[in-house]
Amino acid sequence: MPIEILMPALSPTMTEGNLATWNVAEGDTVSAGDVICEIETDKATMEVEAVDEGVVGKILVPAGTEAVAVNALIALLLEDGEDAAALDGYTPSAGGAPAEAAPAEATPEAPAPASAPAPAAAPAASSGSRVFASPLARRIAADKGLDLNAVAGSGPRGRIVKRDVENAQPGAKPAAAPASAAAPAAPSAPAVTVDDPIFANMPDFEAVPNSTMRKVIAKRLTESARDVPHFNLTVDVEIDKLLKLRKELNGQEGAAYKISVNDFIVKAAALALTRVPECNVAYTDDAILQFKKVDMAIAVAIDGGLITPIVKDAASKGLATLSNEIKELAGKARDGKLMPEEFQGGTFTISNLGMFGVKGFNSIINPPQGGILSVGAGEQRPVVKDGALAIATVVTLTLAVDHRCIDGATGAAFIKELKAVIENPIALML
Amino acid sequence: MADTQFDLIVVGGGPGGYVAAIRAAQLKMKVALVEANHLGGICLNWGCIPTKALLRSSEIYHNMQHAKNYGLSAEGIGFDLDAIVKRSRNVSKQLNGGVGHLLKKNKVTVFDGYGKLAGKGKLHVEKDGKAIADLSAKHIILATGARARELPGMEPDGKLIWYYKDALVPNEVPKRLLVIGSGAIGIEFASFFHTLGSQTTVVEMVDRIVPAEDAEISAFLQKSLTKDGMEILTSAGVKGIKKGKDTVTATIEVGGKVEEREFDRVIVAAGIVGNVENLGLEGTKVKVDRTHIVTNEWLETGEPGVYAIGDVAGAPWLAHKASHEGILCVEKIAGTQGLHPMNPDRIPGCTYCRPQIASVGLTEAQAKDRGLKVKVGRFPFQGNGKAIALGEPEGLIKVLFDDKTGELLGAHMIGAEVTELIQGYGIAMELETTEAELMHTVFAHPTLSEMMHESVLDAFGRAIHF
Repeated sequence: MPIEILMPALSPTMTEGNLATWNVAEGDTVSAGDVICEIETDKATMEVEAVDEGVVGKILVPAGTEAVAVNALIALLLEDGEDAAALDGYTPSAGGAPAEAAPAEATPEAPAPASAPAPAAAPAASSGSRVFASPLARRIAADKGLDLNAVAGSGPRGRIVKRDVENAQPGAKPAAAPASAAAPAAPSAPAVTVDDPIFANMPDFEAVPNSTMRKVIAKRLTESARDVPHFNLTVDVEIDKLLKLRKELNGQEGAAYKISVNDFIVKAAALALTRVPECNVAYTDDAILQFKKVDMAIAVAIDGGLITPIVKDAASKGLATLSNEIKELAGKARDGKLMPEEFQGGTFTISNLGMFGVKGFNSIINPPQGGILSVGAGEQRPVVKDGALAIATVVTLTLAVDHRCIDGATGAAFIKELKAVIENPIALML
Repeated sequence: MADTQFDLIVVGGGPGGYVAAIRAAQLKMKVALVEANHLGGICLNWGCIPTKALLRSSEIYHNMQHAKNYGLSAEGIGFDLDAIVKRSRNVSKQLNGGVGHLLKKNKVTVFDGYGKLAGKGKLHVEKDGKAIADLSAKHIILATGARARELPGMEPDGKLIWYYKDALVPNEVPKRLLVIGSGAIGIEFASFFHTLGSQTTVVEMVDRIVPAEDAEISAFLQKSLTKDGMEILTSAGVKGIKKGKDTVTATIEVGGKVEEREFDRVIVAAGIVGNVENLGLEGTKVKVDRTHIVTNEWLETGEPGVYAIGDVAGAPWLAHKASHEGILCVEKIAGTQGLHPMNPDRIPGCTYCRPQIASVGLTEAQAKDRGLKVKVGRFPFQGNGKAIALGEPEGLIKVLFDDKTGELLGAHMIGAEVTELIQGYGIAMELETTEAELMHTVFAHPTLSEMMHESVLDAFGRAIHF
């Protein structure tokens, strides 16, 4: 019996991926642990290792195939002593679900926080399985922007039929991933295509095809900007004390770390979120999920887009650990080597454009997170102290929050706490 | 003493009642069926089945008459009406026995008599004034069917004025035949007798024949029948009948003009009335509206524990609708999960005139009345290889799709063998396919069903063979 190699699920929510390259050819001998192929998900390229040893008998899904469903049969491995004849007339076992088994409507990549309470993980569990729906129901759902995963079927064996989708409303989802629903019926951003006549009157251009990552960024952030009611709170914080402390720490003899200003801010924000947990939340239609730990996502610009590696339980980690972890994650991110669990999830995001001299900016929330903090450049500015002008090093912080789960005063309480921590950074040492 | 305690009693052994009884037995209920005349009901004994037997004879007769079109020679073509009728009666007899066997096999107790509600959960059965049994059950299904509507002054006499039962056992082929009503029953008899040589006139009250069908189908049929020599009078009425010795004089009003015409026989097929009398409905909460028992979508009447299915529960008066209601009603009683009410827009209908008619779903006019924007596809028999080979180039398949969702809203067919084709669309509708799946389906060649494909393609401007 040949050994089946199935499309792996590289994350709990993954339903399909692109088979980027095969590192082995038919006839090659592989041992357990050998990298056999690379799978591209929406955010990263992952190496897939052989679990068994044998000879690659047949590659069923060629390199470059897009949208291969999880658990689809991608190759057959011949066991020791088996010859190619074993492949003739081979019928895949039940595990070899055909590619079309994962409908296009499956829940898009919804970063369900790894440490989230059970309910938040519910939709992810169903998203990978086949949705039974009539063709008409699928079409009506697509027109209305309904996610079929959120619709209960009343047809034979729970099949979703016309009457189930006719009266359902987009966004009426059971739990979690509120903004991950497909485009609702509301007018969406006009889709412009490359052959739009408007471009004929514009300068010559090079069309750079959208990568999977670009498509995900476009989709998720469009949904967020449209569906999540954002509001912003801005505060200036003085970081002279923080800079002094940083210098002292980094100047320690034999220091195996180099803590950045951003590391301090990450730690400060994590601490402030544990003190104001009402801001460490995700909105769902049924409940606001208040997370018990702060998993801090940090926006990292990479080739062709950006990614948000996550520092798990950031509040409980010391500055040195935190700093080294962030460096390692950022390095992996730039090399495209992040594991899915290293960039999916996160309860809050920090984005820092200070290094480009940006004074302050607003970010778009990464759903289902409830907030994102934008960090500007640290710069010397005139400030008034005790009625006199003085010079201080100031950073402008802008908090964007989801008003469905965080109100103005709650957001302000967090930003006030954050300012206090940053301006008295010794507290971070505790 | 026979057992009189049951879980369910079904009153009426037609296609609604006997199917309900068998389904209930399958669901482990103890079932009684009360039937006074014949198992299988009108459908099997005096309706669908024996008429099909007659029409088969007339169809073959027609083909024999046109044998030379196929390079065949046939001489001395004729028919023996008694033998045709005898064959038809034998077909009914055979199937009637089959129903009895099925009920026995499913351990349904059959009572020979008329049932009458006699208090909560009680049914009195009698025949010819004699009590047969007093039964009790928590659930009673009324499936008593319907009968022909009698027109005043044109009551059946078994001689000059025929209703369906008379027309099924004719002793002669009338020379001049008047058919009142052009619904399925009227047009089938008209077709039968016309083929056997009657000079046939059909009088229809509204402005087109087979008024339940799509207007295009009505027009197609009228043209075809007229070409065949049948006289069709629409927006017309028979004001009165004067009986002679062996003829009748009918006063027909058409187009504002009244004229007297002489015929040898009259067939009255002017609709039906529900059999709601002598059921003991008085004093119950069962509501009757224009001779039909009022039910909700689960076939429940106003009286708890009393249900009504089939013709007595209202239109459409079709055997398969009655059977489906019977099953639905019984499964609801049994608490079966996942039931949903019957969708009246997905009940197919077949009429066996020549050419045949079959349809399912909305007509174009109904779709427009509902405010739906439709895409219409049509394909004529003359574009189909199999139809040409069969020598049946006359016909049309028309489909309607919802312009917005691609839902198959209705299908309307006229032509040879379309009654055997319609179920393809029926399944497609129940499975909620859109035009995309129908287009992707491979239709076998050479078949008439290819026209079903082409018609779908035509709705989207993609027909290949026309």
